[in-house]
Amino acid sequence: MKSDKVLIDDNGKRLDGRGFDELRNIKIEAGVLHRADGSCYLEWGGNKVLVAVYGPREAIPRHTQNSLRAIVNARYNMAAFSVEDRKRPGPDRRSKEISKVISEALEKIVLTEQFPRSSIDVNIEVLDAEAGTRCAGLTAAGVALADAGIPMKDIPVACAAGKIAGKVVLDLGKEEDNFGDADLPIAISPRTNEILLLQMDGHLTVDEFNQALDYAINGCHKVSEIQKKAILDKYQIKKEE
Amino acid sequence: MQDEKRQIVFPSQILGDVKSNKAGKGTFIENGKIISERLGILNKNSEFLNVIPLKGRYEPVIGDFVIGIVEESLSAGWLVDINAPSPAFLHTEEVPWDVEFGDTDKYLNRGDTIMAKVLKIDELKKMQVTMKDRNLFKINNGDIIDVEPSKIPRIIGKQGSMISLIKKYIRCRIFVGKNGKIWVDAELDNIERVKKVIEKIENEAIKFGLTNRIEELLKKEVRNVQQ
Repeated sequence: MKSDKVLIDDNGKRLDGRGFDELRNIKIEAGVLHRADGSCYLEWGGNKVLVAVYGPREAIPRHTQNSLRAIVNARYNMAAFSVEDRKRPGPDRRSKEISKVISEALEKIVLTEQFPRSSIDVNIEVLDAEAGTRCAGLTAAGVALADAGIPMKDIPVACAAGKIAGKVVLDLGKEEDNFGDADLPIAISPRTNEILLLQMDGHLTVDEFNQALDYAINGCHKVSEIQKKAILDKYQIKKEE
Repeated sequence: MQDEKRQIVFPSQILGDVKSNKAGKGTFIENGKIISERLGILNKNSEFLNVIPLKGRYEPVIGDFVIGIVEESLSAGWLVDINAPSPAFLHTEEVPWDVEFGDTDKYLNRGDTIMAKVLKIDELKKMQVTMKDRNLFKINNGDIIDVEPSKIPRIIGKQGSMISLIKKYIRCRIFVGKNGKIWVDAELDNIERVKKVIEKIENEAIKFGLTNRIEELLKKEVRNVQQ
C-alpha cells in the first residue's frame, strides 16, 4: 500500500522510536483466572490478550475424539471493542484461520499421546489489538498451558518480523503493519528452534526473508525469557513468603 | 533435604545428563539430556530425577481410592467423572447391590457422588472403578472439598499424620480421594473449620514443617473455643 507516512525517519528510528531489531514492551502474568485450569494475561505493546486453558478433559462431541492422542482446540476471538471500528462479534474467516494455525502449532508441542480421547481447550481472547495479535495470543497460550500443568516438550513462543520502507524490521506496530510492505509472523520451540507456525503477508526477496527469519527467531528467544520469568515469578513468590 | 530449597522447574528446562542421572516421572530424554515436561518441583530420588507436578489433572493409578460423580447411567453400568482426562466406567458387577440389567438408574443417577477404587487401566487409558472394597458407599450427606490432586499427599501427611491430626482436634468423618476430592461429614461449623484447615494446607503445601504449624493452629482454635 502506498502512503505518505514516513515509517523510518532520518536517524533510522521507527515511528515509536524503536531501532530495527527492538521489540515493543512485553508484560506477562500467569495464573490470573481461578476457574480455569491455567491462564495468562499478556500485554505486548498495545495488544492485550487473555488466555484460559481447560483440560485435558473428555472431548465432546465424541466423534472428534482421537483414540490415540488428545486434540488441542484453540479458539481465537477478538472482542468487539478491540479495534477502532466495532468488530462484528463471532467467528469470521480470519479468526477461524488463526484458530486453526494456533491449534496445529500447539498440537506439535503438547505431549498429546498421554491423554487419549481427551481435548485440551485453549481460549484466546483479544481485548485490545495493535498488530501482531496472533503472536501475542500464541505466546500467552504457551504460558497458560504451562500454568495448567500440561506436559509439553517446550513452551511455544511467537514473534513477527516484516519489511517497512524497504527495510527489514522486528515486531511491526499498527501503522507499520498497515502501511508496510510485508509481515512474517513465526512461532518456534525455543529449545530446538523448530518452527511451529510461519505465515507471510506481502513480498520479500530470499535475502530479505532470511534476514526477517533471523530477526524473528532472535525476537522469539527474547520473549521466551520473559515467559519463563513470568511462570517462575508466579510460583516462586509463594515459596519465599 | 530439610535445608535444601525446593526448586521450581518449568517445561523445557534441562535438569541433568543421562550419564549421571536417570529420567524419572515428568521428564523425557532428548540428545542425552533429561528435560522437564511440566511445571513442578524437582525431586531427586537416588539417581532418578522426578518432577512432581504443581497443578494438573489427576493421573489415575490402580488401587487409588477416589471420589467420583456419576455422569451417565448406561444399561450395564455407569460413567463416573473422577477428575481424570476421561470418565471411568463402573460395571454393575462392581457395585455392592444386586442390579438387574437395565435397572442401573434405580441405584445411581447423574449427579450422585460415590466412593470408589480404581480397578483397571488399559493401554488406551480406559479406566474401570469398583465399589466392592473396604467400606465404599454412595455419599448422601456431608460436603465435598475440591483441592489440587498434586497436593493430596500433603493433606494426608506421612502415614496419614495430617489427617489423624485433623480428626484428633475436630469431630468429623473424612475420606480423602486421591483425585483431589475430599469428603467431610460433621456438624455444619465443624465442616467450615475443616475447610479452613485444608485450604491452609493447600496454600502452604510447598513449605517445610507444615504438620507442626497446622497442629499449633488447631490447638489455638480449641483453646479459643474453650474460653
